[in-house]
Amino acid sequence: MTTVASTHAAASAEPTRRDFLYIATGAVGAVGIAGAIWPFISQMGPDAATIAAGAPVDFDLSPVAEGQIVKLFWRGNLVFVRHRTTDEIKLAQSTDLSSLRDQQADADRVKVGKEQWLVVYGSCTHLGCVPLGNEGEFRGWMCPCHGSVFDTSGRIRQGPAPTNLPVPPYIFTSDTSIRIG
Amino acid sequence: MSGPSMYVPTSAFGKWFESRLPIVGLIHSSFVVFPNPRNLNYLWTFGGILAFMLVAQILTGVVLAMHYTPHADLAFSSVESIMRDVNYGWMIRYLHANGASMFFIAVYIHMFRSFYYGSYKAPREILWILGVLIFLLMMATAFMGYVLPWGQMSFWGATVITNLFSAIPMFGETIVTFLWGGYSVGNPTLNRFFSLHYLFPFMIAGVVALHIWALHVPGSNNPAGIEKKSDKDTLPFHPYFTVKDAFALACFLIVYVWFAFYIPNFLGHADNYIEANPAVTPAHIVPEWYFLPFYAILRAVPDKLLGVVAMFGSIAILVFLPWLDTSRVRSGRYRPVFQVFFWLFALSCVLLGWLGAKPPEGGYVIASRICTTYYFAYFIIILPLLGLFETPKALPASIADSVLGKSGTAFAMPLRAAHEPNRKA
Repeated sequence: MTTVASTHAAASAEPTRRDFLYIATGAVGAVGIAGAIWPFISQMGPDAATIAAGAPVDFDLSPVAEGQIVKLFWRGNLVFVRHRTTDEIKLAQSTDLSSLRDQQADADRVKVGKEQWLVVYGSCTHLGCVPLGNEGEFRGWMCPCHGSVFDTSGRIRQGPAPTNLPVPPYIFTSDTSIRIG
Repeated sequence: MSGPSMYVPTSAFGKWFESRLPIVGLIHSSFVVFPNPRNLNYLWTFGGILAFMLVAQILTGVVLAMHYTPHADLAFSSVESIMRDVNYGWMIRYLHANGASMFFIAVYIHMFRSFYYGSYKAPREILWILGVLIFLLMMATAFMGYVLPWGQMSFWGATVITNLFSAIPMFGETIVTFLWGGYSVGNPTLNRFFSLHYLFPFMIAGVVALHIWALHVPGSNNPAGIEKKSDKDTLPFHPYFTVKDAFALACFLIVYVWFAFYIPNFLGHADNYIEANPAVTPAHIVPEWYFLPFYAILRAVPDKLLGVVAMFGSIAILVFLPWLDTSRVRSGRYRPVFQVFFWLFALSCVLLGWLGAKPPEGGYVIASRICTTYYFAYFIIILPLLGLFETPKALPASIADSVLGKSGTAFAMPLRAAHEPNRKA
């Protein structure tokens, strides 16, 4: 009895070799389990083919008439290319920024000297529906699902969507063609 | 599982087997001699109906999986070939699709029975929480199943629901990309939903086993909401409740097959017979009817993140219900004030279901907000306070007393039949 009691006293006073082995074994085991779980999480992400299919796409703007909205896909996402009328550009540029939920000037959403071309993602920032063009009070888009209204710069003006329609990365490769991606 | 195990095998093989795996004794004590409160009404038959529906969904689902192709380019036409080419494919698919609706009708009745009779209260809290877990798994399973035909509603339903997770701060976009397996809902999404839609029903079956296990510790609650005290209060599960459950199931099946054979698309949406098109959202996008109340709550809140929080919160709050309801009286039958609030709650849930199918504008939004407020107030304010302020009616001394009409009910039965229900005259 006395030996058992004294061993316990020693254990509580100072970590023993056995304590160290417990913790070391547990730590290595935890790392091993985390390592084994990782592939099962990683496989959920976009696979190599999906990433490869997300390569940049070229788009010829010349057939797009003024006032027209064209839909195309990049990375499986819908993209709107809108050839804005002078009226629509003026409307977008003259908007008071303080009245916007997601404050962004029209100039930051188009390329300099190419103000007639608006390129935005075609999925509502609320829950991803496709907004309908030339609808709603602000003449831009209106989402049929939950009633978000966007202006001629694709900025959110009314409804539940928290942010503007995002502008995908793109460049003008010539005067009449763009490369998205 | 508990209950008096009086099972003694008669045959030599039976004895040999029972001493090695006492499963026949387990079934005997759980589903043959198990003592149930004798006053159970037909609302208590929905547990058995739900067990049947789970089996029916698994059977029809396994058959459908033999003919279905989980690929974005082929899924829609493979479902159409099930409808046209596979022998009885139309019947099996309609039974499966309408079976989901029937499953939810039964589960909602089952849940509202618990709400009214206080079945979630001690000592049945774990039983209740397991039920909430089953409900969540059912919702996930139904949602993923609806995506598989790859019609317009499938596709856009999947887009809207998975985008709910993008409301999560910081990691939202990453989580959604990992749900999709890409940058939008596409073939990888369909593939994993098929895999999980096949898996989840078996997880439900596992939780159902725990649910029944937890049920058989205290036994069923009953319309009087008082515990069984003596043999006079109970009847054996077989034949009394097996027959009652079977009769209720037969009535339920009439409704089920009526839908499946006569109005198979009544609860569906015509848009889902158009193949998925990522460039066009249907003009009216609504979930299946059983999700509408939660969809209405989502849309009642003008902020994206808070709307998602409210929607998930409306289900999560059920987990805490046993502790939010402070009344020590279980059954709503003896709670006059509770009854008023309960029926208002039921009404607000039905209204939310109706509002979820309406466009999100004008008076509909205002009505959704009122109903959503009442939904949460019922759990967070009314139930906790009601237990403190309400004066309940006098409870009957025992279940037998409540059946014999000693607490004021008119119905009575011969005394000997009441006191020795197990003995034949």
